[in-house]
Amino acid sequence: MSWWWLVLLVVLIGLIGLYLSMTAGRLDALHKRIDTSTLSLDAQLLRRSSVALELATSGLLDPAGAIVVAEAAHAARTAADGHASAIDRAEAETQLTLALEATLDEEEIAEVRQAPGGAELIDELAASAQRVQLSRRFLNDAVRACTQLRSQRMVRTFRLAGTSPWPKSVELDDSVPSALAEVKARPSAPAQDAT
Amino acid sequence: MNMRIGLVCPYAWDVPGGVRSHVSDLALTLRSRGHHVNVLAPVEEDDSLPEWITDGGRPVAVPYNGSVARLSFGVKATRRVRAWIREGDFDVVHIHEPLAPSLSLLTCWSARGPLVATWHSSHDRSRVLTAGYYIAQTAMEKLRGSIAVSQEARRTLTGHVGGDAVLIPNGVRVKDFTPEVHDRQRRRELLFLGRIEEPRKGLSVLLEAMPAILDQVPDLKVVVAGPGDSGDIREDLPDRVDRALTFYGAVSDERKQELLREAQVYVAPHTGGESFGIVLVESMAAGACVVASDIPAFRTVLEDGKAGRLFPTKDPAALADAVLSVLADDAARRALVTRGYTRASQYDWDTVVDDVLAVYESVRVPGEKVSEDLRGQALGRFAARTGFIRGRRQSGDNNAEGD
Repeated sequence: MSWWWLVLLVVLIGLIGLYLSMTAGRLDALHKRIDTSTLSLDAQLLRRSSVALELATSGLLDPAGAIVVAEAAHAARTAADGHASAIDRAEAETQLTLALEATLDEEEIAEVRQAPGGAELIDELAASAQRVQLSRRFLNDAVRACTQLRSQRMVRTFRLAGTSPWPKSVELDDSVPSALAEVKARPSAPAQDAT
Repeated sequence: MNMRIGLVCPYAWDVPGGVRSHVSDLALTLRSRGHHVNVLAPVEEDDSLPEWITDGGRPVAVPYNGSVARLSFGVKATRRVRAWIREGDFDVVHIHEPLAPSLSLLTCWSARGPLVATWHSSHDRSRVLTAGYYIAQTAMEKLRGSIAVSQEARRTLTGHVGGDAVLIPNGVRVKDFTPEVHDRQRRRELLFLGRIEEPRKGLSVLLEAMPAILDQVPDLKVVVAGPGDSGDIREDLPDRVDRALTFYGAVSDERKQELLREAQVYVAPHTGGESFGIVLVESMAAGACVVASDIPAFRTVLEDGKAGRLFPTKDPAALADAVLSVLADDAARRALVTRGYTRASQYDWDTVVDDVLAVYESVRVPGEKVSEDLRGQALGRFAARTGFIRGRRQSGDNNAEGD
């Protein structure tokens, strides 16, 4: 009888081991996904603040708006150099979002677009703002999947996550300035009513 | 910047269908932008394939998500998927319907790196669960970014599977549908498109409404285009309804475009199962007036009735009223058609593809490539062999995934 128990025990331990190694593999992949998503968000945020700074120093904005955007963009760039905490950086990026929203209304954008090189800057800014939004959403989705897996009892008991820090979602206001969002809406031809 | 993009279509390339045309239009639009694109799909006849399509294996007809779909799976398909990933050297692999038990799910397993997914259909909870929560979860975890084509598809994801997605609607090649500039006399007829026996396409609702419609407009013609046997349906019909009907059977994409350009009214009496309503957009692009049931997806596409007339789902009397009202009032109908065309151009592929490219760019770090995932090998083979979809091979059966 004891013989059977032994076999059962070995099989059980084997199964648990297989499950644990598979789960560890999943966790590893999720951590990598978070790492790349973080890098991608970082790159998009940098791109956004660079374009904002370029726009502010281009002389195409009105002087007051240019100063507001330049300061916010500069603060965002400084917060990105690694010395500032994640919370401070999120705050700086949120301030940049607000500065862009306040400065870039439809009239301002229309005027900048008239100037040589202005249209490219506006398009680039709209594109980077949209990509910031996407990257952050995808990052937070990865964080959610990872924390969900890491809260499982098996994962905690066997410390499958090792020493990697608990992933944190990135919370900041990354809304695309409303006047910029309309850049995308293209005019369409009137319908040919063939009735 | 040009990218190397791999697209995965889970349904047979030879059979017309919503996901299949989505993938093909996306591939064409991306190629026209100068990107390198390769599509992996199940293929029946690989004689006349363009060089940008890779044969993922012979499709097998199995019941899936409420109808019969033609899928590829098994050891051979897995091997082809892996070879495709290895040889493709892709910057991004974009998987359509990632949980479809076909090349899509196999790709989720076999690849790692910048993977993007598009969710097309809405599933109810039980279906998602039968597909295996664990399987779904492990596949989903590898997707860097998810796209949903509609709110309904997105809700499936957030509610049942867990996860978030950005909303990017289906594209339509509006130019393919737009009527010529010269004024064409439209035929005073109703057009129905879709598989005849498929209850969710709602042909029976239209047929029940016909007597009331013919009472007012006795000479109205109705064109029914879609695969299926019309014999049984015609037997039970009153004579005058039968006389009004013309059955065209399955039609090619080009013929469908023609029909949409010729008909005055396109009727979509669907009773559910649609998560987007691409045909509605196509009809609007073709300048037909749309009369559709008020399922959530259609409500969104038709802007709550501003771009087409809505009627309560499964209500033949309401359908009859709606059709009669647009036939009787030329001005109202023209207003709907004009608004509809503007609405359709918002779904033009040339606009939509920018959003898709933005997703590609935001899921990868420069220089990153998609590579083969060797961890999934044992697991992938296991799943392919036991087959959590228990379908027998049914040859000669047509595919009926959404439209």
